[in-house]
Amino acid sequence: MAVPRSATDWMVPVFGLLGAIGLVVCIWLIFTWVPNDAVLFFNQRIFYFHVGHAFNLFIAVGVCGVSSLLFLWRRTPRWDDLALAAAEVAVAYGAVVLVTGSVWAKAAWDHWWVWENRLMMSLLLWLVLVAYVLVRRYAGASADRLAAGLAVFGTVGLPFIYTMVNKGDQHPQAGTNGNVATLTGPMQIVFWLSVATFFCWFLALIASRVASTRGERELRELREQGLDAGLLT
Amino acid sequence: MPAERPRQGVLRQAWRIAWKDLKVELRSREIVYTMAFFGAVIVVVYSFAFPSSSALVRLGAPGLLWVSTMFAGTIGLGRAFDRERENDTLRALMLTPVPRLAIFLGKGIAITFLVGAVALVVTPLMALLMDVPFFDHPGELALALLLGAVGFSAIGTVFAATLLKVRSRDVLLPVIIYPILIPLFAFGTEATAALLKVPADLDNAWYWIGLLGAYDAAFLVLSMWIFESLVIE
Repeated sequence: MAVPRSATDWMVPVFGLLGAIGLVVCIWLIFTWVPNDAVLFFNQRIFYFHVGHAFNLFIAVGVCGVSSLLFLWRRTPRWDDLALAAAEVAVAYGAVVLVTGSVWAKAAWDHWWVWENRLMMSLLLWLVLVAYVLVRRYAGASADRLAAGLAVFGTVGLPFIYTMVNKGDQHPQAGTNGNVATLTGPMQIVFWLSVATFFCWFLALIASRVASTRGERELRELREQGLDAGLLT
Repeated sequence: MPAERPRQGVLRQAWRIAWKDLKVELRSREIVYTMAFFGAVIVVVYSFAFPSSSALVRLGAPGLLWVSTMFAGTIGLGRAFDRERENDTLRALMLTPVPRLAIFLGKGIAITFLVGAVALVVTPLMALLMDVPFFDHPGELALALLLGAVGFSAIGTVFAATLLKVRSRDVLLPVIIYPILIPLFAFGTEATAALLKVPADLDNAWYWIGLLGAYDAAFLVLSMWIFESLVIE
């Protein structure tokens, strides 16, 4: 269900404010409270931003895929608005993931980029998202259908991308011995706090984008009504 | 929409549409000749652009083969649908009392033949000019290329048909389909690379060919299901 008009009105300031507070708190905690990682030492601190964005990137992609599917099925414009908003937010989050990842990779592996499973998948996913936004902007009248089709195809392609480069995982891990689920203590708290912070930003961005698309449409419809009534020229 | 028809009916209708396309093509031979020539020119460019030491060629040739086939295929794809646009014949096709599924399959089959024709030109030419031993395992290579052509045509047909009325379709077609096709391209390249190894790594080749088949199956089903909601006019 796309957020109703009144919901977008309060979502933007509330989640924007929560995100702003969270961002300050997160940065402060990351540099003062969280201990150094046992293996990667100081450079591991970028992890809270990197993975925090990556989690929300996948949420955004999921929202975009599902609402595109619902749009093709039901043809309700609100699903299309939501898909567009999610895709644009996903492009921004994906750019953050790739850039912070690249910076971290330079520090941890001494390479800006390695052709490794998760990097490859994120990059291809991001390419599909950029293509989506390009189509929305330049495909004219049939942009909504085309972009929805692209989103659905891209989502179906994800598992194939994942199997494509399955050559052993050398992605840097958050803890010394495993993944996000094994984090403990301050690391765990700050990690989930940063995920929540960027999720608040995500909600605020999506709500404001949906509201602006809806505003554009209403303006267009009013203008058409005005033209029909002979009030505008 | 027409009444329910037996399954065989759809396939026969699809074949009629494909045969119509192929007959038009056989009369002018415009697409086949230009595509094949384009593919050949790419191969010649490659043979100048890359070192011709046979060890290096063995490593690079699989990618070059798939890139040139895909580039030439994109040209043919755009042209095949331009032909429908010029006389507005796609609308006539849509008005015929056959299910959209038959139209999709018919166009897809015709394009598979065109891409296959390009592969038939490019593969021997590369084997000849760059001294690549493509014909040590002709059956496996042909199967991989055929599966590649099927996947390319399925995805390409859906989006080329949807883009038909869009002004910037020539540039948007590759923008949309390449990110989706990257897994297909990678599976095909890996399969070809496994076949070119000394001695040929048949187990690996069949693994990648199997993935090509899975990719084709997933996207064929998706394309058949989505074609109707994407191509409205």
